[in-house]
Amino acid sequence: MPAIDLAKAPQPSATNPAQIRNFCIIAHIDHGKSTLADRMLGITEVVEQRNMRAQYLDRMDIERERGITIKSQAVRLPWQSSLDGQEYILNMIDTPGHVDFTYEVSRSLAACEGAILLVDCAQGIEAQTLANLYLAMENNLTIIPVLNKIDLPAAQPEKFAEELAKLIGCKPEDCLRVSGKTGDGVKELLDQICAQIPAPVGDPDAPARALIFDSVYDTYRGVVTYVRVVDGHLSTRDQIQMFSTGVRHEMLEVGVISPEPVVSKGLGVGEVGYVITGVKDVRQSRVGDTITTYHNPTKTALAGYKDPKPMVFSGLYPLDGADYPLLREALDKLQLNDAALVYEPETSAALGFGFRCGFLGLLHMEIVRERLEREAGLSLISTAPNVVYRVTRDDGKEMIVTNPSEFPDGKIAAVFEPIVRATVLAPSEFIGAIMELCQERRGTLLGMDYLSEDRVEIRYTLPLAEIVFDFFDQLKSKTRGYASLDYEPIGEAEGDLVKVDILLQGEGVDAFSAIVHKDKAYAYGVMMTTKLRELIPRQQFEVPIQAAIGSRIIARESIRAIRKDVLAKCYGGDISRKRKLLEKQKEGKKRMKMVGRVEVPQEAFIAALTTDSDPEKAKAKK
Amino acid sequence: MSAPLSFYVHIPYCLRRCGYCDFNTYTPTELKTGSDLAAVSNGYIDQLIKEIDLAKLEVSDAKPIPTIFFGGGTPTLMEVSDLGRVLEHLKLRFGFAKDIEITIEANPDTVTKEKLAGLLEIGINRISFGMQSAAPHVLAVLDRTHNPENVIKATNWAKEVGFKEISVDLIYGAPGESISDWEATIDAALKLPITHISAYALIVENGTKLAAQVKRGEVIIPEDDQTADKYLLADKKFSDAGFTWYELSNWAKPDSGCRHNIAYWENANWWGIGPGAHSHISGKRFWNVKHPNAYRERIVGGLSPVMESELLSESEKESERIMLQIRMPHGIPLASIAPSKISQLENYKELGHLDSAMWQAGRLGLTLSGRLIADRIVQEIIL
Repeated sequence: MPAIDLAKAPQPSATNPAQIRNFCIIAHIDHGKSTLADRMLGITEVVEQRNMRAQYLDRMDIERERGITIKSQAVRLPWQSSLDGQEYILNMIDTPGHVDFTYEVSRSLAACEGAILLVDCAQGIEAQTLANLYLAMENNLTIIPVLNKIDLPAAQPEKFAEELAKLIGCKPEDCLRVSGKTGDGVKELLDQICAQIPAPVGDPDAPARALIFDSVYDTYRGVVTYVRVVDGHLSTRDQIQMFSTGVRHEMLEVGVISPEPVVSKGLGVGEVGYVITGVKDVRQSRVGDTITTYHNPTKTALAGYKDPKPMVFSGLYPLDGADYPLLREALDKLQLNDAALVYEPETSAALGFGFRCGFLGLLHMEIVRERLEREAGLSLISTAPNVVYRVTRDDGKEMIVTNPSEFPDGKIAAVFEPIVRATVLAPSEFIGAIMELCQERRGTLLGMDYLSEDRVEIRYTLPLAEIVFDFFDQLKSKTRGYASLDYEPIGEAEGDLVKVDILLQGEGVDAFSAIVHKDKAYAYGVMMTTKLRELIPRQQFEVPIQAAIGSRIIARESIRAIRKDVLAKCYGGDISRKRKLLEKQKEGKKRMKMVGRVEVPQEAFIAALTTDSDPEKAKAKK
Repeated sequence: MSAPLSFYVHIPYCLRRCGYCDFNTYTPTELKTGSDLAAVSNGYIDQLIKEIDLAKLEVSDAKPIPTIFFGGGTPTLMEVSDLGRVLEHLKLRFGFAKDIEITIEANPDTVTKEKLAGLLEIGINRISFGMQSAAPHVLAVLDRTHNPENVIKATNWAKEVGFKEISVDLIYGAPGESISDWEATIDAALKLPITHISAYALIVENGTKLAAQVKRGEVIIPEDDQTADKYLLADKKFSDAGFTWYELSNWAKPDSGCRHNIAYWENANWWGIGPGAHSHISGKRFWNVKHPNAYRERIVGGLSPVMESELLSESEKESERIMLQIRMPHGIPLASIAPSKISQLENYKELGHLDSAMWQAGRLGLTLSGRLIADRIVQEIIL
């Protein structure tokens, strides 16, 4: 029986580093990471069968529903290897699986000595996984290649074993084959983790150094900080200190997760666990920072700490203006748990009071919005996302623009926009379609490599703004869903960019202004004016809709005056029905926004601000 | 309470269901009774008579009945004698006003000259035929079975047997109907021996066969602008022929307006008998269970057939008054409109949607173009 009785297992704070194996799982969304993790919890018997639930480690509803991990955490799993009969403590560090959270991934990797590269053997490796794999290899992690879902009829383990072997420089037969679903091969995988991944090495007598790889706000406990001890020892008696800020905290509790929190006396070299200090805001306990002790602080921090920097900005507005204070409260609360989220109040003539929010990327944006709506019960409108521009003016003054409506009207010398290096993995039959798309989006080809006979890796530099604007949807649709995308910021470049304003009856609608490349201004203008013509109901007068660069009109549509709005029949039973309809319209009227004299229903704003290119779908929302 | 009480009598049966219709009506197959319509109808009349007794208990002091309206469904599917029993019982319980108006809706396909004579004999003095259109392809889209020729025959029979008030119902704006199709329909209607016309823009009701066809893209509903043009055309031609509008969708020769329908728009008291029928008594609205079988069970079991009722608040009454009275030429007094709404309404007046002379005289009345956007104007006033 390779599972170990928990009471007899090596105890936290007193575990010999030689018995510890710290690893993470690198996998793409829905390649089965959570299912495999569930299986490991079951096999090591840290979770009793009757308490098991699917995706045990995913704590947020959103994580469970969307099948993605947003925040990482670590689980301590005792295991007796059937290869050498030795007892081990395996710390499985769960990593977020998305490009937006690359920095958090890199910190999780830094807390490990090894990584399981988990690939769905019906789909093959995806761009994001590849990026994280390279990150792990750069961190000198031992990689164990694992093909998952071997129980699937569509599984092609031979094909993808070749691919993995080529990528990490092993032999195809070194790839383990498992099924998280049936449990096949999972025990062997646990044994291989013990055998292949090196034990952590650290100096137990040096000043304490622990890496923060995650930090989570808990309503009852305050911030729970996940750490990996590199040197020394953290114990409950200590006062700890954050290296970056020098701020001192009481240590209220230390423990490990297995997979529920278990209080311990401390954490020693190589151990992974949590500390609670009473801090109420994750920004005071930042991912990547080094924790040391106050009485015996270290002089050198662990490498790699940096502040998260927002890449994508969007305005968030409550549908009901009265909810503005609620939105502020909800953002404040969310920020306790999300050090990367930044926001400041802004006012839009069309949308009222709201916040300009900065995000790590599109997924981060979506998640924040969804959490605000779900956890605070808010209904929100978000403006189209944009990137950060650096604008220099003729007079030499420079400004940072995070909102298109702030884009200066005067003489502009240059505009700089963020550039990323994008990697696309796809079957080779789609090379043409992908190159066409990247070219269209102002991309520059960097190179292309075949991963296997029929799968390629294509590398481009692209303006981030182009990716933010429905690039991923387009990529998926042009490759029938087969392509995957990863990108990393590599700097900025000057662009020939202009601001396009949208005017309703001569009044600018700030929420629809966009900064676009000069060559695309016309297309944007036509798209928006056409869309709005479909979305805005006819008014009692004709309403011109214009797109303009400065004072130059580049596109024009008009909404004809309404001519018919009357119910033909109003007899007996129709009367109640019609009165109730009117009462309903009263609600709708409350949600009308006035742009000058034009009544614009909120649905029109929402539909116009989504990048949904299917006007029929947008129309159906009316 | 001693106001007059009008009666609506619902006949929830049709031989077949038309594609656009969402009325509370049932075909023999839908009812799955296994018996023929005659047997069903006979028992049904007994139930109506019981509901009349219930109405009498509720409104014991009503004045003699001013108007009765047989609607459906297809009232003319009923035996004349069965309809006669209903009228006799109403007269017995409530009495008839001297100038009582008794209307029946008629399907031009299912009447004979003899039947029409019979209807007149039992006291029915106004008849409204479902003509809908003179264009066969429009009738086909509407899923109507009748032959346009039958309408000519039926209306002439009605006149011959002695009906003085004869009306036709028209529908415009159906898929595939051109302006000239509609003009031909108007011309055909105006050649009939009629005193009244109802013309309705087609409403695609959820759950109908037509709605499904529209959703699947099999038929296309014409643009609102074209339908608006059809309304203008109809109003012009009807007016030229001596028919004056007295409600948004109704035109009549002098003194030939339907008094029963006017009662609805003036918020008079009326009692609807039969399944799904609505009633209004002094600010209280109530309606019966919808299905004929459920209705039968209630009545036979000695229970009230009322499914739900609502007591209107003062502001609800006010909303109803505005949305109903605006549909008629005399409009609504400006004094009853919140002062904060007046300036927005003045915009409508400037654009020619509200009658300036009436405005001067302190009333809000719709012009021709205003009639087409009546609901928009109601929203301005109420919301």
